[in-house]
Amino acid sequence: MKRPDLKSLDFAALWRGLTRPDVAGTDRVVPPTGFTAQLTLFSAAAMAFLAVFALALALATGRLAERWSTELAQTVTVRISAPPDQIDDQTVTVMEVLKTTPGIAQSKLLPDTDVEKLLEPWFGPDVPVEALPVPRLVEVTEAAEGFDAEALRLRLQGEAPGAVLDDHTRWREPLVSAANRLRVLGLISLLLIGATAGAMITLAAKASLAANGQVIKVLRLIGARDITIATAFVRRFTRRAAIGAAAGTVLGMGAIWLLPAADEAGAFLTGLGFQGWGWLWPLLIPLASAVIGFVATRWASLKMLREVR
Amino acid sequence: MIEMQNLSFGYSGGEPLLADMSLSLPPGSFHFLTGPSGSGKTTFLRLCYADLLPTAGKMLAFGQDVTELSRDGIAALRRRVGVVHQDTQFLDHLPVAENIAMPLIVSGEAVDMPALGDLLSWVQLTNHSRTMPPALSGGERQRAALARAVIMSPDLIIADEPTGNLDWDMSMRLLQLLVELNRSGKTVLFATHDLNMIRAAKQQVQTRVLRIAGKRLQLAGADL
Repeated sequence: MKRPDLKSLDFAALWRGLTRPDVAGTDRVVPPTGFTAQLTLFSAAAMAFLAVFALALALATGRLAERWSTELAQTVTVRISAPPDQIDDQTVTVMEVLKTTPGIAQSKLLPDTDVEKLLEPWFGPDVPVEALPVPRLVEVTEAAEGFDAEALRLRLQGEAPGAVLDDHTRWREPLVSAANRLRVLGLISLLLIGATAGAMITLAAKASLAANGQVIKVLRLIGARDITIATAFVRRFTRRAAIGAAAGTVLGMGAIWLLPAADEAGAFLTGLGFQGWGWLWPLLIPLASAVIGFVATRWASLKMLREVR
Repeated sequence: MIEMQNLSFGYSGGEPLLADMSLSLPPGSFHFLTGPSGSGKTTFLRLCYADLLPTAGKMLAFGQDVTELSRDGIAALRRRVGVVHQDTQFLDHLPVAENIAMPLIVSGEAVDMPALGDLLSWVQLTNHSRTMPPALSGGERQRAALARAVIMSPDLIIADEPTGNLDWDMSMRLLQLLVELNRSGKTVLFATHDLNMIRAAKQQVQTRVLRIAGKRLQLAGADL
């Protein structure tokens, strides 16, 4: 006896059966099953809801990592800490040094008001900053060709000993790394959600197939091909997976939309969401769910049918 | 049509239930299959529509070796064989008419509604076309099963003790339907242990009687 000839199953026929209306009523060969139908719908909706958040997390962390790694990489800061009687001279020296350093596009001494703003979250709005030994900050914008940070550091050390060059690498790198890892975690979550959805749909399909063992036996007896029987189950579960996922996606997108708008104070958390065309990404979730439902049910159907002659 | 050459069969590799059977069923013939309970009549019939495969020997159906058939090939074979069981199963969530038309539906063929009406009339189930199978009586179920078995106009009709649960009048009615099919050229293989049934059939149509005894197939009766 030959092994069951599953390769002869026609995917194109299955797809046609899935997408075209069931005029002949072949789908009706499978009795309606309330429990597995509800289980599939609920699972698909719940997984899609979670997938929307995982997607939002992946996109937001992606944006964050990109911003930190590109925008911040273009700027460095020179911090000048010197005794009050020397700080003005050292500031002038630093500005001169920066002006004459190749690869620096622009240097700007931050006004006291900006420094106050930076300190406000820690000291509150009414603290007399001018009375504190606050260092002066010079924001330096790098030119496209870049500059030699080590040479600048040595030059500043020689000409203005109170000046320290901070290229943000120390704190930027771990943040970029964290953002990138969060993005990977978001993507892994999406994969896990997809796998879980597949497992749940497979279980529901298997429960339905097991409950309809007699129906399958009768259909085989009267000459139904595996593809015909499988299609009846596949169509049903694929549609349920797509409809459930569509509902879950709409709910998830609604929940994301209701999050507070992104602002500077909220930083990362309020930026958790979709921006512009990014709102189209979640619309792929019902499609992905339908594909998962299709593959999972097809696999479960064929495995089950192999056991029935 | 059906040809067995030194065929043997045993379940799960155990002792053979059927051994060294050779048989040729010519087109248009009417054969009865008899034998005591447990002798292997149902197993023999299941071999005929490839529900089981021989463990030894050769089995040809419509010229094809059943052991060489793919799953789709087996499905195609079964569309040429109509089967009626003693405990016929239906799709209980669909009405009788749809159950009878099911072989056409799963084959992707269009259902000819007037022809379906004629078939329902032939088996006297016109009034039950919308009835759900669980609501049918034993005789009605068997007639519905026969209608489902013949709707694809199969070459071979296999009936596995279809009258086992029926009274004499209903059994005769079913036999009459099978005789009519045989007269129209269909090959019939009818398993029964009811000798009166065989005698009644012999008065209407030329039949041969096969008997399974001691694991082997024999020709029985006056036409040996």
